[in-house]
Amino acid sequence: MKRYSVFAIAREALRYHTGWERAWRSPEPKKEYDAIIVGAGGHGLATAYYLGKNHGIRNVAIIEKGWLGGGNTGRNTTIIRSNYLQDSSAAIYEKARSLYETMSQDLNYNVMFSPRGVMMLAQTHHEVRGYLRTAHANKLQGVETEFITPQRVKELCPILNIDGPRYPVLGALWQARGGTGRHDAVAWGYARACSDMGMDIIQQCEVKGVRSEGGVVKGVETTKGFIGCKKLGIVVAGHSGQVADMAGFRLPVEAVALQALVSEPIKPCMDIVVMANTVHGYMSQSDKGEMVIGGGTDGFNNYTQRGSFHHIEETLRALIETFPIISRLKMLRQWGGIVDMTGDRSPIISKTPLGNCFINCGWGTGGFKAIPGSGWAMADLMAKGEPGPLAAEFDMWRFKEGRFIDESVAAGVAH
Amino acid sequence: MSTRLSKGGRLIDRSAAMEFTFNGKRMKGYRGDSLAAALLANDQMLVGRSFKYHRPRGIVAAGPEEPNALVNLGSGGRLEPNQRVTVTELFDGLEASSQNHWPSLEFDVGVANNYVSRFLPAGFYYKTFIHPRPFWKHVFEPIIRQSAGLGKAPKDRDADRYEQAYAFCDLLVVGGGIAGLQAALVAGKAGARVILLEQHAHWGGRAPVDGDVIDGKPAGQWVDEAVAALSAMANVTLRDRCMAAGVYDHGYVLADEKVADHTPGDGRPKHRLWRIRAGRILTATGAIERPLSFAGNDIPGVMLAASVRDYVVNWAVSPGDRTVVVTNNDDGYRTAIALKEAGLSVPAIVDARANPSGDLVAKARALGLRIEAGRGVAKVKGGKRVTSVAICLQAGEGAVIDEIACDAVAMSGGWSPVVHLWSHCGGKLVWDTVNAHFRPDPARPPLNHDGGALVYAAGSANGAMKAAEALVDATAQAQAAVAALGLKPAAAMAPVAEAVAEGPMEAVWIMPQGAPVELKSKMWLDYQNDVKVSDVQLAAREGYESVEHTKRYTTLGMATDQGKLSNINGLAVLANALNEDIPQVGTTTFRPPYTPVTLGALAGEARGEIFQPLRRTPMHAWHERNGAYFEPVGLWRRPYCFPRTGETHAQAVVREVNNTRSALGLLDASTLGKIIVKGPDAGKFLDMLYTGVMSTLPVGKCRYGLMCNEQGFLSDDGVVARIDEDTWLCHTTSGGADRIHGWMEDWLQCEWWDWKVYTANVTEQYAQVAVVGPNARKVLEKLGGMDVSKEALPFMGWADGTLGGFPCRVYRISFSGELSYEIAVPASHGAAFWEALHTAGAEFGAMPYGTEALHVMRAEKGFIMIGDETDGTVIPQDLNLDWAISKKKADFLGKRGQQRNFLASPDRWKLVGFETLDGSVIPDGSYIIAPGVNANGQGNTQGRVTSTYYSPTLKRGIAMGLLKRGPERMGEVVEFNTVTGATVKARVVDQVFYDKDGEKQNV
Amino acid sequence: MLLIECPYCGVKAEETELSPGYEAHLKRFGPGSTDEEFEAYMFARKNPKGVHFERWRHSYGCGKWFLAARCTATLEVFGTYPAQVGEPPADIIEKIKARRPDWKGYK
Repeated sequence: MKRYSVFAIAREALRYHTGWERAWRSPEPKKEYDAIIVGAGGHGLATAYYLGKNHGIRNVAIIEKGWLGGGNTGRNTTIIRSNYLQDSSAAIYEKARSLYETMSQDLNYNVMFSPRGVMMLAQTHHEVRGYLRTAHANKLQGVETEFITPQRVKELCPILNIDGPRYPVLGALWQARGGTGRHDAVAWGYARACSDMGMDIIQQCEVKGVRSEGGVVKGVETTKGFIGCKKLGIVVAGHSGQVADMAGFRLPVEAVALQALVSEPIKPCMDIVVMANTVHGYMSQSDKGEMVIGGGTDGFNNYTQRGSFHHIEETLRALIETFPIISRLKMLRQWGGIVDMTGDRSPIISKTPLGNCFINCGWGTGGFKAIPGSGWAMADLMAKGEPGPLAAEFDMWRFKEGRFIDESVAAGVAH
Repeated sequence: MSTRLSKGGRLIDRSAAMEFTFNGKRMKGYRGDSLAAALLANDQMLVGRSFKYHRPRGIVAAGPEEPNALVNLGSGGRLEPNQRVTVTELFDGLEASSQNHWPSLEFDVGVANNYVSRFLPAGFYYKTFIHPRPFWKHVFEPIIRQSAGLGKAPKDRDADRYEQAYAFCDLLVVGGGIAGLQAALVAGKAGARVILLEQHAHWGGRAPVDGDVIDGKPAGQWVDEAVAALSAMANVTLRDRCMAAGVYDHGYVLADEKVADHTPGDGRPKHRLWRIRAGRILTATGAIERPLSFAGNDIPGVMLAASVRDYVVNWAVSPGDRTVVVTNNDDGYRTAIALKEAGLSVPAIVDARANPSGDLVAKARALGLRIEAGRGVAKVKGGKRVTSVAICLQAGEGAVIDEIACDAVAMSGGWSPVVHLWSHCGGKLVWDTVNAHFRPDPARPPLNHDGGALVYAAGSANGAMKAAEALVDATAQAQAAVAALGLKPAAAMAPVAEAVAEGPMEAVWIMPQGAPVELKSKMWLDYQNDVKVSDVQLAAREGYESVEHTKRYTTLGMATDQGKLSNINGLAVLANALNEDIPQVGTTTFRPPYTPVTLGALAGEARGEIFQPLRRTPMHAWHERNGAYFEPVGLWRRPYCFPRTGETHAQAVVREVNNTRSALGLLDASTLGKIIVKGPDAGKFLDMLYTGVMSTLPVGKCRYGLMCNEQGFLSDDGVVARIDEDTWLCHTTSGGADRIHGWMEDWLQCEWWDWKVYTANVTEQYAQVAVVGPNARKVLEKLGGMDVSKEALPFMGWADGTLGGFPCRVYRISFSGELSYEIAVPASHGAAFWEALHTAGAEFGAMPYGTEALHVMRAEKGFIMIGDETDGTVIPQDLNLDWAISKKKADFLGKRGQQRNFLASPDRWKLVGFETLDGSVIPDGSYIIAPGVNANGQGNTQGRVTSTYYSPTLKRGIAMGLLKRGPERMGEVVEFNTVTGATVKARVVDQVFYDKDGEKQNV
Repeated sequence: MLLIECPYCGVKAEETELSPGYEAHLKRFGPGSTDEEFEAYMFARKNPKGVHFERWRHSYGCGKWFLAARCTATLEVFGTYPAQVGEPPADIIEKIKARRPDWKGYK
């Protein structure tokens, strides 16, 4: 693989960039692999990458129904933070956040991780107590967060209206090392690195069935024929239910639509991420200048990648109250993604009832920020057959035991 | 130069001159002008800078597809960034300034990017700025951010307001061109309720500009007559300046009506957002002309051919004195003819086709125009304005044959139907090889709730490109839609437009066909985002093969026009690079809105105080008058405390607590949920709902109850009163009333539907006051009307009666530990009753208290609070509330859940009280640390604080919290963490800090 | 923005009048059931990409809970019916079969 650098660009510029090679190969599937990952989104590609990097397992195929990075990886609001309440969540999200810090260098692909800071506003006394709880938990978890005053909120984000008539800002939980990244680049960077390790990324190949013998997985039936494997990882987010069904088990997962929107680009006016959970809205400004805005989820099962307008309306009401200057900006585009919500709204990284078959799903509305940590933990699980400490609590049997990992308890915090 | 012609202009009123400014320069225009027309009339072709390379940008189009001509419009509270000049109606006093440059439009240092553009191809930023690591955040990103963005960020609050409205119809017709008008006529005559929307301020679309003749009349006249006929129909509503922004599922359409954009400050709402629910939708949204990809096609003065025609015919503006027309189809000739007929010079028509034929070609020839057939543009020359065009063989590699001096280029690469609304809800497209465009696939329309087609496309939006076919198509589509609605279409003959014989267009995706990479790197696809043909080819070469990859890698089509001009050309280039057919490559997804919609319009009128619904208790006005500091509780606002002059909130809370404990406190408890549960099976039902037994509660008595969800987690609590043999009144938490009522109905309707139970949420029917403190009985006795003595009304009893003439129900319950009465009166009496209590209570020291004093007192008394001691993961057993859980009942909601391993473990964190060794207040949210770290290196914990307050009664910090096996560890000292790293030592004690034996409340 | 007819009041209700309630026809398991049964009742969901039987409440209308058969891939609504039934009505099953010949049934 040719390394990317400013010198490489200069060299290529002289020949009008006609000498760049493919970022990833486009191979035909082999008969069998040591491991197959179904799903070439961020989580699937990261799983493959760490299988190779951390465990030396490189005879790997990543099978994708559509195009790599074409699902939720490329349709989220790119927020990266790890100020979670519960220990197991904080551990995996903090792992992810720290991996994001060096990802551009690790992958030799600029994923534009921008640790500009994430601020979660407290607008009720109940929310203040919830975030204070998170701040205390984070202190013990080794996650750097801080509960800050309204004055500091205003200093960090001057366009924020802290004196609204209904929900004045009472403080905020501030994670200075949180931020944003370039979502597509994360998938592309991992894909390039996986391909460089000799892994096969097989796009436009749909899994139609899972073949097993004696309760152990043997491979997958696909639109490109049967592909054998010793280990199978299912990392297909919203479509987990379908693939799990092929593997013969059922998941505590429902698929619903989550929406987001961007405004037209304007000159920089906000250089942090702000989340306002009481009024349900969050916003940041992309490097292009667009205000990137997250909306709510619909409460019904939905696979259409489009949601209902009233969520957009409610979100914008909340954000115009919070940021009055955005009223005259224009919505450029709105879209939806299919998110997989589990019974406790926390992810599953788990063995399954089928031998050598593993699942990683249920990231709901919080998947992007977890990608490297999720891949790290899933690779560990697949390589060793048993979960490591990062994945230990996220098994799929916790529901039977009532052992929830409930993040909503702090202050109804969305991901 | 571009200039105003001395005559003509079908849309302008030359008797109404208007003044406006652009970058501070005063200019003149006429009523009816678009800002774009007025700018061109003042020879202002250069209007902005591109996003990435800061190249000079001129006006390209005449409609909403314009990618370049975006301005900052207005100032202060009316500053609107990124306003498209082509859809901005001119008004007197308009102020506009150009964007994305420094220090000025003419001289922009950002253009340096242009000179190194060779080093900045698509996706260059993914390949560099990687080292050293801190540089991305501190150096590279700030520079990129500053040079990106377009319009100015507003600084002020929006000075305008927006309104929203609902509308319903059988058929929504979008587009007021001839196809839309004809469709509306057909549906209107059939009796359908029709709404017809047009985004511009004028009707008729392209036909009047193109000189079509319909039923023997000039198109303009036919349009006027159609509008008149539709206006006369009671079942048809016409709305102009109204852009259908998005189609949502099941026929929900958003439309943005620009009410006062052209009359700012006149008191009317700026926009009106229509939410239309339509039985069926017919899109007659027309088509958008495509640019041609030749080197230098982004230089100001290069415009879409039909737009050039629009400026000449509609506004009597000539974009240039000498205009070269470049085309691959016959429609381009219309522009040449229009220019010639307006007395302007057309030095040449460069036609990529070898053998152009047809009526328009013949007419151009007859007018003596020079036609360069089989030729293409090798290069456009010029900087901030076109100076000449070099022509070459289209089939060649760009060797220049001739150079033609000109100051404008009108290009036509064919037309793409506007399929956005068709596609929003999943309508599929089909590739039309004749016209080289995607059009709606009638076999795969978006579906309605009934599974039938939701959207019908008509006219050029459906690929019926000529006036004659468009009218026939519109008639047929409207009839189909009307039939699908269950109405009988009137027999309708389509009007007949005079047919113009046109020769076939030829798909030309780059010009010339064999252009080398040097030329391709000067062929712009996306003018705003600076994406060139070479960039798309680079993306394909690097494996970004999916159209979504290419879009995201190059930013093609991600600008504010969302690819209206660039997408098809980009797709074609990509398909060519991949050696695939265009339909195989497919399109990116069309998402709402069609053109950008102001956020304020989407948010509507709900702003400030009422941005969410506001619930007020009957006493709310009194609280406001008496200086309450409010806190939001759900949609309610409750007084947190009533600070007096000079008092901090904390001081006010201390005073309120002390006064209540020593004299008399009054609390507005109206927000408390009140649900009546009635019927022969009501007792049985409540026994399932609550963990305890409610069926055995005697009439006249109250009992505290807990509700859990099926997981077993505590979800709500409150006092239940037995009203009569088959009626119970259940109190819920303030935030919980609606949720719990819904929860009850869920079980009654969906699980135990044969049980005879009715429920009613009467929360707002009653005002409720807690009269609390040693003097509570005295004030009630003074009001008089019923016996409130210990004997007549013992603790946990209730009675109906009157007090001071107010009809009331009095509950002897206490959440503070004091002698306490909660008194419910009909809501209409609430304010008067509250005042009467204050008047009568004055001599007993009556003072209002707020929610914080309530919290402090309940914590002193060791009472739990839903939301503090519970968080959705806590079961009643954790709170030592086993006494409120029936052991006898076979079943209640949550019982099975609580039997699961993890919930039945003896190691759970359980409720205890804490007293700090130094008397301080434990920080809110603090955890109890345990030795060591876990497998992930996190500090271990063994509990946490749930309620922590300064107790004015005990004059020290008190707290409740959960601790692993807590009740077994009384007297032990544990350590709470703080955010500074220090710890706070506290002793484990009983959670009841005040009046353990209940002597105060039972008096 | 769904439009779903309430089978009680006959109103074609806007989505904003309704509250969604996820999968329908779940059997409640209480005390005495196994951990597996209870887990299945609480969590295991069909979550199909296709025909889904689900609960809705006409919250801002008549207040009634009702059931709907809806396609999660196209959002087409095959029919609605009262919540007080053990299984979907035959006419709705027939309608689904007619429109989705490959449908495997609601179980």
